Order: sequence, then C-alpha cells, then structure tokens
Amino acid sequence: MAELLSVRGLSVDFITDGGVAQVLDGISLDIGPGEVVGLVGESGCGKTTLARAILGILPAGPARIRGGEVRFKGTDLLREDPAVVNDRVRGRAITFIPQDPSTSFSPVFPVETQIMDLMKWKSSRSPGGGPSSTLSRYPAERYRADRDAVLETLRAVQIPEPARALKRLPHEFSGGQRQRLMIAMALLPRPDLIIADEPTTSLDVTIQAQILRLLRELVKKRGVSVLFTTHDLGTAHEICDRVVVMYAGQEMEAASAEAFFERPAHPYTRRLLASVPTGTGELRDIPGEVPSLVAPPSGCRFHPRCDDATPECRAGRPAPRALARDHDVRCHHPADGVGA
Amino acid sequence: MSISPAPLLEVVDLTRHFPVRNAFGRRTGWIRAVDGVSIAVQPGETLGLVGESGCGKSTLGKTVMGIHTPTSGDIRFAGREIGHLAKRERRAIAKDLQYVYQDPGASLDPRWKVVHSLHEPLKIHTRLSRAERDEQVRAILAAVGLPGAHLDLYPHELSGGQQRRVGLARILTLRPRMVILDEPTSGLDVSVQASVLKLFRSLQETFALTYVFISHDLAVVRAMCARIAVMYLGRIVELGETAGVFEQPRHPYTRSLLAAVPRIGGRRITLDFVLEGEPPNPRDVPSGCRFRTRCPLVQDVCAADEPKLRDVEGRQVACHFA
Repeated sequence: MAELLSVRGLSVDFITDGGVAQVLDGISLDIGPGEVVGLVGESGCGKTTLARAILGILPAGPARIRGGEVRFKGTDLLREDPAVVNDRVRGRAITFIPQDPSTSFSPVFPVETQIMDLMKWKSSRSPGGGPSSTLSRYPAERYRADRDAVLETLRAVQIPEPARALKRLPHEFSGGQRQRLMIAMALLPRPDLIIADEPTTSLDVTIQAQILRLLRELVKKRGVSVLFTTHDLGTAHEICDRVVVMYAGQEMEAASAEAFFERPAHPYTRRLLASVPTGTGELRDIPGEVPSLVAPPSGCRFHPRCDDATPECRAGRPAPRALARDHDVRCHHPADGVGA
Repeated sequence: MSISPAPLLEVVDLTRHFPVRNAFGRRTGWIRAVDGVSIAVQPGETLGLVGESGCGKSTLGKTVMGIHTPTSGDIRFAGREIGHLAKRERRAIAKDLQYVYQDPGASLDPRWKVVHSLHEPLKIHTRLSRAERDEQVRAILAAVGLPGAHLDLYPHELSGGQQRRVGLARILTLRPRMVILDEPTSGLDVSVQASVLKLFRSLQETFALTYVFISHDLAVVRAMCARIAVMYLGRIVELGETAGVFEQPRHPYTRSLLAAVPRIGGRRITLDFVLEGEPPNPRDVPSGCRFRTRCPLVQDVCAADEPKLRDVEGRQVACHFA
C-alpha cells in the first residue's frame, strides 16, 4: 500500500539543563490513506514529540532533529522549504486536534471569529501562496462559501443550532461541545491527515464514547487518515485500525488492532496490556521505572525491566521483524502468539 | 455486610448547596452539588463513589472531611456527630479521618526534608517524644515501600512515584481509621496505576484502614471496592455490591455509564452506545428524576415524581422502573 505518511528512523534530541535527552530514537511509523493509527505509550515515551515533529512544530530552542525523515505524500517535510510546509501542509493537508480544547480557543472572541480566521487562511478555497498579512482582504464571495461549509461541518459534528452557536464565546460550551468544535476545525481545511493528541483524555466516559464514535464515523466517511495518540489502551481499541506502541522514544510493536490486542508479541506490550485492571481484581504492575532519556539504556530501552532480556538486548536495538502481515515487532525474543 | 452493627461513617440526608451570585454579589440561584445523600461505611471496607464530573462526588467527600460545612443533614463518624463541630473539636477528628488528594506528593513542602514532613503531623496531633515519633515515622516509611535513607532527601530528589509514597506516609503517620481517596490514580499511566493500587491494598491490610474511594474510573473502582455508590447530579442513583452492580446494573444511568467504558478485546462499545446529550447544568436540575432528560426509558411519571432510593433485591436503586 502506498503510504500517506512514512516516518523513517526519526531521532530528536532535547537540550536540557541536565544534558541532551534523546527523546526519539530512530522511530519508524507508517500511516496509509484513510487509516486510523493509534500511537500508544506511557507519559514521557515521546508520543507528543513525534506528533509535533510530523507537524513541524517542535520547540525551536531545545529541540534538535538528529536524523531520519518524515515523508508525506512522497515529500520529506524535514527537508522541504519551511514556507511551503507552512502554506500547503500544516493546517491544510495535516491538521491537529488538541488534548485540551479549553486552552486552544481564545477566551475573548466568539467562536465564529476564530473559525472564520482559520478559514481565511486554510480553507480549501483559499489560494495560498504569496505574502500573507492580517490586513489582506477576505473576498466576500469566498467568505460566504466558507461560512456555509462551516455551518455544514458544525451540523456534521452535531452542534445544535450552528448559526447561533457561532455567536457564542468558548466558555459557553461544555467540554464535550468544545471538543466537537475542535474536530470541526480539524476537518474544515479538508485534510488528508489529522493528528489527534489525546483528544478525549479530559472528557467523561459517556462523552468520550460519543466523541470517539463521531470522530471515527466522520473520518471514515471522508477518507481522512488519523494519527491518534493516547495512553489509554481502551480508547485505542475503540477507534484504531492499527496500533503502534512506543516506549522511551523507541517504537516496540506495530500491528493491526486485532493482532495487537489478541496476539501481542513484545514483552512491553504484553506487560502494558496486563496492567489494565480487569474484573477479577488482580493487579499486575511493571516493576521498575521509566528510564532517564539523558542516559538511556543501550540497545532495546526496555531491557532493564524485561524478564526475557539477554546480553543481545543490551548490545543492540533489535531490527523490525515481521511476524505476520501487518504485524511488526522490534524484539529479539518476541512471544509467539497467545494473548497476554 | 449491610447488617453489621456499627458503621464507622454514617451520612444521613446530607446536602451541600453553593450559592450562585451575579456580578453585584446578589444571589441568583443555587448549585445543589450534594442533595440528600445517605450512605453508611462499615469498618474495614472500601466504598467506591463513582460518577462523572459535576455529579457531586468530590463535594460529598470534602463535606464529610469538614472542608465544606453541610447545608443540612448529619455526618456521624465513629458514633459521633461531626458535621457541625467547632473548629477546635473538628481538628481532633482529623487524626482519625484523613483526605488524600489526587497527588499527595504535591502537598509536600519543597524546602523540607522528608523527615521533617513526616514528623510534623505527629508534632501537631500527638504528645509522643522525639524517639517515639522517629520510630513511628520509620515504620510508616517502610510500609509505603521506601528505604530509611530517603528521610534525609528533599522532595525534588525523589521521583514522582516516590513523592506520592511520601505524601501517603505523611497521611498515615497519624494512624487514621478512615481515609478518603479523591481520584487517587487519575493522570497515572496504567502500569504505575497498578502499583499505586497495590500499595493502597497492602496499607489497608497493615493498618486496618477503611477507604472511601472517589473515582471516575470504573475499572479501578471495580478492582478496589466491595461496594459502590453511583452518583448523578448530587444524588445517589444506585448503591450495592460491586460485582452485582457491574454484572447487572439496574439504574438506566448506571447501565449507560458501564456501557461507555471501552473493553479491550470485546466488541467496540462505540458501535452500540446510545446515551445522548450531556448532564444538565446543576444550577437547573430537571424536575422529577434528574436523569430523565437523557434516559432511554423515560415516561410521564419520571417528570412528575422523583424516585426515591429503594431496596431492589439487595441493592438500592432510585428509578421507577428498576
């Protein structure tokens, strides 16, 4: 399958007071057209850094890209002219849904102002290119067409009375409604890929279920790909076609959702799935702590906490190994098949 | 279980209302955060309190703890009414009844060594000598799984998980009888969550603790609690043994809540999830049953008549159709 996005060997360092933190260490990841890919892992594993690296919004001061490439529709975004990426890719072909919708709106402008501002620069009708200035005109004809598109999209995300809703301020919406507005804004530029960074973490379960269902329906209907980062394995199970698990800046296993949950092969994946509380009341944690990224363990970064670790694991990072079609694992001793 | 004689904590018809004021300070309404809640907690048990944000579960915990004063109703702890005590008397209760916030480690003073933080509650609440205090502090530190050498460290020298353990140790130095845990695992990764829950369990055994476990995470509550109370808009809608409630929820809200929790390996719940809308504003609760605006079973009687909690086969449910 021709991949829409293909990340190869991406390594990103952060310069910190305590030294150079190797936050991403040779990450590879593929997203096909129309596919919802879950990126799961615990806090600090580099999910957000990877999402930001793809969007090209790594913090300019501390972040250094050590190597690798981010190929989107065949172009390496890391080596493309930043002006072109800004104009044609970011916010247009690749859009973003944040974790916390309440801090992503300005509190002092009605949502209409904020959504129409987005449309002025990023709608599929806007030509792009040329010097852009806040003083540029927004042609009336395009404004009307864009506004119709906004109303239609708000109806699609089930905001009641969209025309009146647009006049309101962000705080007049509940958390779930604000996240619906964010989804609408991510869909409006007609992107090929949406990066959703833990979009349901701050919501209650019943609202989360509604939002996940809505998001999955909309992206499937429109054929948009999604990279969905989450630390919640249950959420990943709900929405993803394929799952990639990360640990301490390395990807450990990538598989179809079915294989991932039913036949996890990497010891970390298996321990992670086993630590989800079940009805039996049995609790299984992962002994040890997440390693420091300033002085990370050699080879496979999970080896200090792994029961199956051998000298081989310390010596070098395992190469990807295909266990089945659409099931790759980076481990010297993958488990063979049965559930965790 | 429900027939044991003396509950450690008994809350009777408790309400806590907050006034809503406009820009001129005039009262324009009430938020009925806790509105007529009765529960009894038996010694040694873990009672789970679940519900979505704004349902009043934290307000209930804080009112029991004395952080909020009750608007009306009684709170009896170890046989004594504690809801309307004077400050000084109230402080004496704090020794037996403790409250744990989301991250107990965050309440450590960054300028104090661990040893200082752990001695402080004992200085305030007991008359133990320095040597006796020291002995107790070391015992507690061992119980939360930290080496004695950590006493001489500052909070910033500990990892987040270790800070959390010190925060718990600080609460336990007074040997409380009951601990209210308010969302103790929210924001934790699953693997860390499992070790924190294990710690709660072992502490409960070691110190014969009674827990009230407030959480929005149903999987965690299921793993930890023998009984659970489900709250919606300030009221308890269902109360019973955890296994029974999870296997056969009787209140339509409990059913929707359980149906919304993703289950790994099963059918995707989003394929069948039906509950629509969001909880109403607690300033303006619906007449009759508070869940009726979202309930799939709603009938005329639900708007006219608020269902009382009643016994249905060993469980309490507030629904006309349970």
